[in-house]
Amino acid sequence: MAGSSEYTGVDFYDMDSLLSEEERAVRDTVRQWVTEALIPVIGPAYIEGRFPKELIAGMAELGLFGANLPEEYGCAGLNNVAYGLIMQELERGDSGIRSFASVQGALVMYPIHAFGSEEQKQYWLPRLASGEEIGCFGLTEPDFGSNPGGMITTARETADGWVLNGTKMWITNGSQATVAIVWAKTGAIDDPKSVRGFIVPTSTPGFTGKDQHGKLSLRASDTSELHLQDVHVPKDALLPHSGGMKSPLKCLTQARYGIAWGGVGAAMACYDEARRYAMNRVMFDRPIAATQLQQERLAEMLTEITKGQLLSLQLGRLKDRGTMTPQQVSLAKRNNVNMACEVAREARRLLGANGILIEYHSMRHLANLESVYTYEGTHDMHSLILGQEITGIAAY
Amino acid sequence: MKIAVCIRRVPDTTAKITIAGGGTAIDPAGVKFVINPYDEFAVEAAIALKEAAGAGETVTIALGDDSVQETIRTTLAMGIDRAVHLQGTGSADGLATARVLADHLRGGGYDLILFGKLAVDDYGQQVGPMVAELLELPCATAITALEVADGSATVEREIEGGTEVATCPLPAVLTCDKGLNTPRLPGLKGIMAAKKKPLEVVPVEAAAGQATIVSLALPPERPAGRIVGEGAAAVPALIEALTSEAKVL
Ligand SMILES: Cc1cc2nc3c(=O)[nH]c(=O)nc-3n(C[C@H](O)[C@H](O)[C@H](O)COP(=O)(O)OP(=O)(O)OC[C@H]3O[C@@H](n4cnc5c(N)ncnc54)[C@H](O)[C@@H]3O)c2cc1C
Repeated sequence: MAGSSEYTGVDFYDMDSLLSEEERAVRDTVRQWVTEALIPVIGPAYIEGRFPKELIAGMAELGLFGANLPEEYGCAGLNNVAYGLIMQELERGDSGIRSFASVQGALVMYPIHAFGSEEQKQYWLPRLASGEEIGCFGLTEPDFGSNPGGMITTARETADGWVLNGTKMWITNGSQATVAIVWAKTGAIDDPKSVRGFIVPTSTPGFTGKDQHGKLSLRASDTSELHLQDVHVPKDALLPHSGGMKSPLKCLTQARYGIAWGGVGAAMACYDEARRYAMNRVMFDRPIAATQLQQERLAEMLTEITKGQLLSLQLGRLKDRGTMTPQQVSLAKRNNVNMACEVAREARRLLGANGILIEYHSMRHLANLESVYTYEGTHDMHSLILGQEITGIAAY
Repeated sequence: MKIAVCIRRVPDTTAKITIAGGGTAIDPAGVKFVINPYDEFAVEAAIALKEAAGAGETVTIALGDDSVQETIRTTLAMGIDRAVHLQGTGSADGLATARVLADHLRGGGYDLILFGKLAVDDYGQQVGPMVAELLELPCATAITALEVADGSATVEREIEGGTEVATCPLPAVLTCDKGLNTPRLPGLKGIMAAKKKPLEVVPVEAAAGQATIVSLALPPERPAGRIVGEGAAAVPALIEALTSEAKVL
């Protein structure tokens, strides 16, 4: 397994033999793009706390946005395993860049495809696929995180459209998005069934997006607060087939599916870095890789990564078969992201002092993964979802 | 303009190679195979020429067993229009391979026939020029720049201490070197489109070559590198190592 300096992934169980030629080709393309375009810019961008916008065009050109949506809307029409592999490879680079693609594809394009009218799909999907429009997804509010059904953002129907009022927080891409999918209550504030989705161009008067500062995690991604003050939108801003909290939750299932793969990608990057470092770093006159403690560390990482790979691949096959359940997604998101946090921490520790530097990747991944652990349903909330699945009793 | 690109499937340069039982071939088990990196420059050149002209046809041609079809599809995913798989066993003898290719290319109406300057698996550097010879076409090897205008090709070649500019009329055979261009990555739509593009399979019989491989040997194992420290603090240790161990100072 030792070898050249180029990243070649981690494949202890010959997972490649379970992938189709196309799936491998997609994975290889994204892997190479990450090596050539993403890795060289990510360190400085992370330190500066800026999303590397210069990557958008390249991602769009490869067709990474909404890649599992149909070709008739300008998308690549890939299956879900290939889509998952894209997320894995992007997060091998950085969770923030994967977040950008997740939001654009699973949280903006997916709801337009699933709940939009034919006109909305034809107008928005090709523009979002090409990166001409950048989207964000406004669900979370300052006082409603794990319990988004409690939201207090409202949409009131008028003669010619809708008026939206409220505040959204922790919104990825919020400040640079040209369009927001905003979730709001159209009925009583205690009625989560009245939640509907709206396509809101961010240039609409009354809409403001402001970056949240001081993040110690996901620094190469913009996270913003959205204010909607008497935002008037026409009737056709409504996603006609959205209705109730199950609509945004369906979007989250899509994004969480990708994150289950992404976590594995981040873990693979950290393991790869740790293995190479252990082979080269000489202490007490021999490589630290020759010590039992570091070998145990590496063995544990490889074991957990391999388990995570099998989880995400089978989840993808279930999704392609049309039988995947949200609870199965919860299990994979919960396991794989937590696993990635552990692997990143152990990798960082194996690297000693170098492990705290931006020149290496493990600590950046470690810091990023704390956000990933929290968003798209916290680790705890997925425990509770599984708990409810097992016992039939909701504990949240 | 009609452009042929002849490609070969080779082990990935990052792959860990072992030698198979007989000692004259590598063991393909567990090895990732890719398009020969120099052939990628040829593929990119063909696609770019067609794009610039706004018309024409690009064709990938590959000799090999059925596994080469995956490599062919990589070129279709990058943007080549169609492909021909010359189904048969490749030979260690460059002339035998060149004959099969030339037989197919002859009468194909190609204006340009592009190769990589060498295949990284055997470093033969024979097939391109031999095909040119068999077809009685002009040939330029290891080109690093290419312009096509008014029925002729102008190429640059890196030579010792300088650059050579050469020109020849079309049709011509060119072999491509690093520096010619930056090969594009196959996009996802390209990957999906590749399986719908025409891939013609033509069984071929390669004559037994006269040159044969007697044995293969791996280079001696390189000792692992080591990190002596970080930044300026590492300089004394590095000087010490270069002076007393490597004895290069
Ligand atoms: C970088 C980043 C990007 C984000 N991007 C987006 C985005 O694009 N769009 C969007 O809408 N949102 C986004 N979010 C918001 C994210 O989804 C929420 O932060 C998340 O749902 C958790 O909500 P909260 O932060 O309010 O935590 P809280 O819900 O307040 O949770 C705090 C703690 O309490 C625990 N907890 C909560 N309820 C229970 C319970 N019933 N039982 C036991 N424990 C419980 C949680 O697990 C957690 O540990 C993003 C967040 C981050 C950090």
